[in-house]
Amino acid sequence: MKKKVVSLLLAASMVTVMLAGCGNSGSQDVNDAGSESAGTEAEADNADAAETESDADAGSEEAAPAAGSGETYKIGAIGPATGGAAVYGIAVQNGADLAIKEINEAGGINGCMIEYNFQDDECDNEKSVNAYNTLKDWGMQMLVGSTTSGCSIAVAAESANDNLFQLTPSGSSVDCITNDNVFQVCFTDPNQGVGAAQYIGSNNVAEKVAVIYDSSDVYSSGIYEKFAGEAANQPFEIVSTEAFTADNKTDFSVQLQKAKDAGAELIFLPIYYTEASLILTQANAMNYEPKFFGCDGLDGILNVKNFDTALAEGVMLLTPFAADAEDEATKSFVSAYEAAYGDTPNQFAADSYDAVYIIKAAIEQSGAAPSDSVSDICDKLKAAMTEISVDGLTGEAMSWEAGGAVNKAPKAMEIVNGNYSLIQ
Amino acid sequence: MKRLKLSKNAKDNLITYGIVILAYVIMQIMINTGHISSLLQGLLVPLCVYVILAVSLNLTVGILGELSLGHAGFMCVGAFAGAFFSRYMQNVIEVSLLRFLIAIIIGAVSAGIVGFLIGMPVLRLRGDYLAIVTLAFGEIIKSIINVLYIGKDSSGLHFSMKDSMSLGLAEDGDVIINGAQGITGTPKDATFTIGIVLIILTLIIVLNLIHSRDGRAIMSIRDNLIAAESIGINITKYKLMAFSVSAALAGMAGVLYSHNLSSLMATPKNFGYNMSIMILVFVVLGGIGNIRGSIISAVILTLLPELLRGLSNYRMLIYSIVLIVMMLFNWSPKLINLRKKYSLRRLFKKTGEVR
Repeated sequence: MKKKVVSLLLAASMVTVMLAGCGNSGSQDVNDAGSESAGTEAEADNADAAETESDADAGSEEAAPAAGSGETYKIGAIGPATGGAAVYGIAVQNGADLAIKEINEAGGINGCMIEYNFQDDECDNEKSVNAYNTLKDWGMQMLVGSTTSGCSIAVAAESANDNLFQLTPSGSSVDCITNDNVFQVCFTDPNQGVGAAQYIGSNNVAEKVAVIYDSSDVYSSGIYEKFAGEAANQPFEIVSTEAFTADNKTDFSVQLQKAKDAGAELIFLPIYYTEASLILTQANAMNYEPKFFGCDGLDGILNVKNFDTALAEGVMLLTPFAADAEDEATKSFVSAYEAAYGDTPNQFAADSYDAVYIIKAAIEQSGAAPSDSVSDICDKLKAAMTEISVDGLTGEAMSWEAGGAVNKAPKAMEIVNGNYSLIQ
Repeated sequence: MKRLKLSKNAKDNLITYGIVILAYVIMQIMINTGHISSLLQGLLVPLCVYVILAVSLNLTVGILGELSLGHAGFMCVGAFAGAFFSRYMQNVIEVSLLRFLIAIIIGAVSAGIVGFLIGMPVLRLRGDYLAIVTLAFGEIIKSIINVLYIGKDSSGLHFSMKDSMSLGLAEDGDVIINGAQGITGTPKDATFTIGIVLIILTLIIVLNLIHSRDGRAIMSIRDNLIAAESIGINITKYKLMAFSVSAALAGMAGVLYSHNLSSLMATPKNFGYNMSIMILVFVVLGGIGNIRGSIISAVILTLLPELLRGLSNYRMLIYSIVLIVMMLFNWSPKLINLRKKYSLRRLFKKTGEVR
């Protein structure tokens, strides 16, 4: 009997120690960030946070602006920093980081600095919610995330519950923005699919079109469905539709042969650039030379290793951003990004860079102060989002409806002489 | 007054139930007094899911002695069956608790049936065939769900294996399972309390099965198949019993999982091979055949990567190192000897002897 009591006690103490550890973890992040969290202290109503505040103060003297009121906006970001989709998450992380550094150097928003915290979600819906909760413990007021559609949907359900302002840089599914607190920087999948179909139809690019898409990918199958739906209203005909999945994406000879047999003049590729580069190489090997047309996932195809970029000549794509574009804003962004992170930025980096500036514009429009509650900030920003118009890297004069989808003109690019050039 | 005498088994079981209930009480107190981080609060339901998965897999691996590498596949079946039901009935059954209970039953039964169908041919064989077949099953079920399109409109349900347009839905149609995009908008019915109730239900089923006549028969198959057969135990029947129960419980965990997130997709990340191995790791680290160990290791290993977030980029590295160290600590023969030599119990005994 004694033994039983002892073991029960031991187990109980183990559990409490463990849980106590968890309870602290939230406020520890505050400490790590070396921040002055006066604005959100009320939110994190636990005693630990108050304890760590004094420590945090000591560490943040250099960061505190001389002129500012000492309050900071807290922007969180979520994306996959590990795993197969890490390229996108890291791009989002760096893009937002760059924008926030620039804003802070220029004096912040209304004189208040921005603090930034990025959390990894491994491209898993469940982990994304965990990342969101971690950021909430940290005192996040606005969220740039999640990077991928599925994660954004899962997080949006939570952020709607808390009424926290969420701006997803690259979650392109329509389901991401069903809640009124969520806005998008990128096009929605239907926009891209319909846009591509209309472009091909109205410019008479081709009459017989084949589609090769990834049926296991949300982005790809989403665009394909809208493309096929819109194609019925356009003067061209879809002669072959072939799918592949994430498990067999190295050999496309069957799909290409079918497209060739059907006499397709153009192949629509609503997929990412790694698979597209293989398709281009294999089409060339079988002496099949249709036109290729893609969406924003194709951006980056010129940087694929061991890929003969001559094959990409004449490829057309609808993309909001191209790293080789000649305008001033893109040039300075690309050179700053390369200097800071040693990598050429892709569309995801541009999206999240824009996202931060959009939040800045919305805050300036609405006058939301860092000391407001999370819910108040969200309400103010929601109203402001429909009033602002932002010129960013991924589009000029971007504006939003209350529904959350962005209005901007898709840019059609063509690859000429190894460079993206805008089709007028 | 006669003192209530408990057998060793009953005492052991009571401790297990006690830990779960104690954890529940502590968490409830922390929630009600506000001393809990949102991260931990968000993790409570996933913790319940993984505990149920670990305990149910332990039934197959530890008690039946067969290796199953497709536990996430059964979870996937349960998750989609339950979430489909909830989405379909969202506006018909308004009481969320009732709807969720029916969803749990549907998820558990459908996963149990799938487990039964898979087990029927495979469990008649001797050797590692169950591992091979369940491994394949886990991959196949994911691919099937990724090409499955189901929608509903006023005229009923529509099915397709091509794309959501070929469903031919009417204007008021609603695509419930949208291929790779999965099910979105599942009502968030899962709560920590229901999760704990399900854990206790799982424990009652598994522990009572183990200590019953059937359970002893199952363990005798594990220990010596020929001897068990020679005393007239129907081997296939008992193997199937343990395996289907384990699959059904995994399906139940799946329902809980799907009702905690608003978007459900069958990706390699959540229902793939790695997930099955993850559950197996819970079982192996907790001790094969040790139910309480499974609970504790599932909780620790689920919390660990989240608590390591402070280390940012190094957290998965540290996590894997911790896994290796734990594995060595638990199972390396040298370390087991060392642990015996310096165990607390022995030290206490020694000092007692000296006195």
